[in-house]
Amino acid sequence: MITINGQSQTDIQAGQTVAAVLERLELSVDARGVAVAVDGEVIPRSAWTMFTLNEGARVEVLSAMQGG
Amino acid sequence: MATHLASLDTQPDPLLIAGRELGSRLLLGTGGFSSLELLADSIKASGTQLVTVALRRIDPNARGSLIDVLADAGVSLLPNTAGCYTARDAIITAKLAREAFETNWIKLEVIGDEDTLMPDAVELVRAAEQLVDDGFTVLPYTTDDPVLARRLADVGCAAVMPLGAPIGSGMGIRNPYNIALIRDSVTVPVVLDAGIGTASDAAQAMELGCDAVLVASAVSRAKDPVVMAHAMRLAVRAGRLAHAAGRIPRRTYAQASTPDAGRADFG
Repeated sequence: MITINGQSQTDIQAGQTVAAVLERLELSVDARGVAVAVDGEVIPRSAWTMFTLNEGARVEVLSAMQGG
Repeated sequence: MATHLASLDTQPDPLLIAGRELGSRLLLGTGGFSSLELLADSIKASGTQLVTVALRRIDPNARGSLIDVLADAGVSLLPNTAGCYTARDAIITAKLAREAFETNWIKLEVIGDEDTLMPDAVELVRAAEQLVDDGFTVLPYTTDDPVLARRLADVGCAAVMPLGAPIGSGMGIRNPYNIALIRDSVTVPVVLDAGIGTASDAAQAMELGCDAVLVASAVSRAKDPVVMAHAMRLAVRAGRLAHAAGRIPRRTYAQASTPDAGRADFG
């Protein structure tokens, strides 16, 4: 099971890429102001199309929010 | 003289942080504005060139793009690590912000207490040190402790940002004496961050020798944020000029401003 932003996903499987996760969220890989972490590690934008998710991966997809 | 005074309002007085010139000494937090339109208008009224942003889980239902609004406003971004309670979380957040916003500037917040939102000094220094080593330009939100401020400067922070009072409290500068000591104890810019309630607080920070002021709630939660943003702009400028002009010393007793000599004698 893959977890995206704290929610278990059924339509994203181990072996799929970070780019697939972004597509699931209707984001393009060149979306501005977006960052991704998998299991607490930052995944640079340049690796989004290559980085594949392991079973149980916890994915955080973050973007700009008003604050500070 | 009149020309000289008029030019004081318009002459450049840039804030220099880590080799970068900012045309305004007012930094604006983007939190608390009820709409992106109000934020954009307030940015314009404040004259700021540097605004904070946070990173949060993406909201698929979010209306409008904060990033686009800030790009249109022509301001630079200062991402924060708000909500982080450990050096580890703050470091990961800073790295994510660097990816998301393509800047190595970070407003480092490592919170130690959820009621006061006061910084955790130990975790803060630890995170600052690692982020500086990793090439970040670190602007730490810190307490009003001059020793801690110096430690942060010593590990390579590009500025220090002491609180005047707890975040969002609007309590003003509770310990002006410490803020002045901080200004004396470090060579990097001092940005008064947190606690500002109204324009006089911002002016006071500048009068104490701070190089800049960061305001968020004081503007975004004012009844009229746009007018308050403009008031803050004027206050920062006024305080800056007053500091440069040099205030009179405080005295316990009166010192007549009208000379005794030539006084009439009415018998």
